[in-house]
Amino acid sequence: MLTDRERQRIEAETRLYPHPRAAVPEALKIVQDHRGWVPDEAVKEIAELLGLSPTTVDSTATFYNMILRERAGRHIIFICDNVSCWVTGYEVLRDHLCRRLDIALGETTADGRFTLLPAACLGECDRAPAMMIDGEIYGNLTPERIDEVLAQYD
Amino acid sequence: MERVLTQNIRPSEEPLTLLEYEQCGGYQGLRKALWSSPEEIQQMVTEAGLLGRGGAGFPTGRKWGSVPMGDRARHPKYFVVNADEMEPGAMKDRLLLEGDPHQLIEGIIISSYAIEASQAYIFLRWEYQLAARRLISALSQAYHNNRLGANILGSPYSLDIHLHQSGGRYMCGEAEALLSALEGRRAVPRSKPPYPTVCGLWGKPTVVNNVETVCNVPHIVKHGPEWFRSLSHTDEGGTKIYGASGRVRQPGLWELPMGTTIREVLEEHAGGMHNGHALKALLPGGGSTAFVLPEQLDTRMDFASMEAIGSRLGTGTMTVMDERTCPVGLVWGLEQFFARESCGWCTPCREGLPWVARTLEALETGDGRPGDLETLEHHVRWVRMGNTFCALAPGAMMPLESALRHFRSEFEDHVAAGGCPRR
Ligand SMILES: Cc1cc2nc3c(=O)[nH]c(=O)nc-3n(C[C@H](O)[C@H](O)[C@H](O)COP(=O)(O)O)c2cc1C
Ligand code: SF4
Ligand code: FES
Repeated sequence: MLTDRERQRIEAETRLYPHPRAAVPEALKIVQDHRGWVPDEAVKEIAELLGLSPTTVDSTATFYNMILRERAGRHIIFICDNVSCWVTGYEVLRDHLCRRLDIALGETTADGRFTLLPAACLGECDRAPAMMIDGEIYGNLTPERIDEVLAQYD
Repeated sequence: MERVLTQNIRPSEEPLTLLEYEQCGGYQGLRKALWSSPEEIQQMVTEAGLLGRGGAGFPTGRKWGSVPMGDRARHPKYFVVNADEMEPGAMKDRLLLEGDPHQLIEGIIISSYAIEASQAYIFLRWEYQLAARRLISALSQAYHNNRLGANILGSPYSLDIHLHQSGGRYMCGEAEALLSALEGRRAVPRSKPPYPTVCGLWGKPTVVNNVETVCNVPHIVKHGPEWFRSLSHTDEGGTKIYGASGRVRQPGLWELPMGTTIREVLEEHAGGMHNGHALKALLPGGGSTAFVLPEQLDTRMDFASMEAIGSRLGTGTMTVMDERTCPVGLVWGLEQFFARESCGWCTPCREGLPWVARTLEALETGDGRPGDLETLEHHVRWVRMGNTFCALAPGAMMPLESALRHFRSEFEDHVAAGGCPRR
């Protein structure tokens, strides 16, 4: 399952730490980077590669909000639901996104284009309300601005 | 007023390269440090009165002083920078990480030298991708110019810095949970003692410090403790990065003397309330601090003064509510967050926080019942330090406890009106 490229990148990570287990978070991120999510088979192979049991790897995988253990959309929208965004209109934006995409929080659109997830404060509070798509942070959001941003993603 | 930590930071410009940073006086603290003994550096930081900027305000010199030194210490020792910044409403470390990565790197080298650590990690939250790119580039410049690696600047001292990008979880910011996370485990805290300074990463002596704390270190070494103390309005040394967001006219971040009043930050720097609305309350330093009321605005924002009014300085980045904000709804949002992020290690937090969040949801959406307020108060009383493994759950109780104290009648209205009167 794991490609040579994935294996090489994971092995390079193990050299940064005195114990292979420490490379687990990065290994999971490498797989997700290549595939968009982390399938069971990949968990098993990461475990083999690092000399750990699959449950050990999965116990770390399931701890992290950003590690997706289910197939997700092509683009992940993380919408900040925290205080500064909450007081500046989070609920309006969430409802707008849900309506626009025709999904609830935690779901993926029927065409597999977007998955919508809640996020912790994105450190963008001075430009709240904010969201993040595939690593890019967008602030000062309004429903109109959200529509513009969504249009940039295929 | 003198800008120290942000002197090289220009909004929306690329940060300084190593060469430019040096031309502005950078890496001079490092040169001076490498000519001093680690104990002398520790002494300077202690005399400067630097208190940890991660939220708890622990004296940095004292933390470093509890690390075993010399031949009796076990090696390698580790220095870890906490760049997890996931506190609701916090955004200050992001400015320093993106704005001046060499300042942080210089701070890490000096701090690591002061505790004789040979390995350092920057624990960065996943969402800070721009910071990651800039740190990677700055680290590589530092390696190419002998600021990192073997025999730094021709001295006997060697250090490696590794960047660790997290997978996203608020709990990873708790110092000991962070060490578990770095080891590749679930980020649950450990029982103390032994403290991490003696037995930390992989059982070796380890210091964890916040980004802003570490960024202060080169300046203390370069200019001395006296100068550092003189920057502050109070006896807690240095400047502080304050911030304001929410219902203010100009949200932002400002470096000001430690001990600047809440009023000055809010009225002079954030431009006051948005569109003439009235201040209802504010969370002074993140989601796990207690609400501050309009009549408390003349309080100085340092650790001791904020504690004296029953709140905390926390991160020093305030979230401001006006009269249109419903305290019940706001606290519901916060408690949902804390419940979601609980690591589940201890029962009061794992079971208590979801119960609190569901009770608040019921109040807000019309299912509130008489007795709900007492249920909330019961949790405030029992979910506290000493009953939980870490400060997440007690921190989660601070906004709830203070909201119940200050806005009790609004909670009661939610029961009587069958939901939030503002919805
Ligand atoms: C749930 C929780 C989250 C925390 N998150 C952070 C964080 O993101 N950054 C940080 O510096 N400290 C955070 N802390 C505080 C750390 O435990 C620790 O006190 C701090 O990193 C020590 O650094 P300092 O002494 O330089 O302040 C958190 C604490 C708790 C309980
Ligand atoms: S208080 Fe909460 S977050 Fe902290 S150890 Fe207990 S369960 Fe985990
Ligand atoms: S609260 Fe949303 S970005 Fe900080």
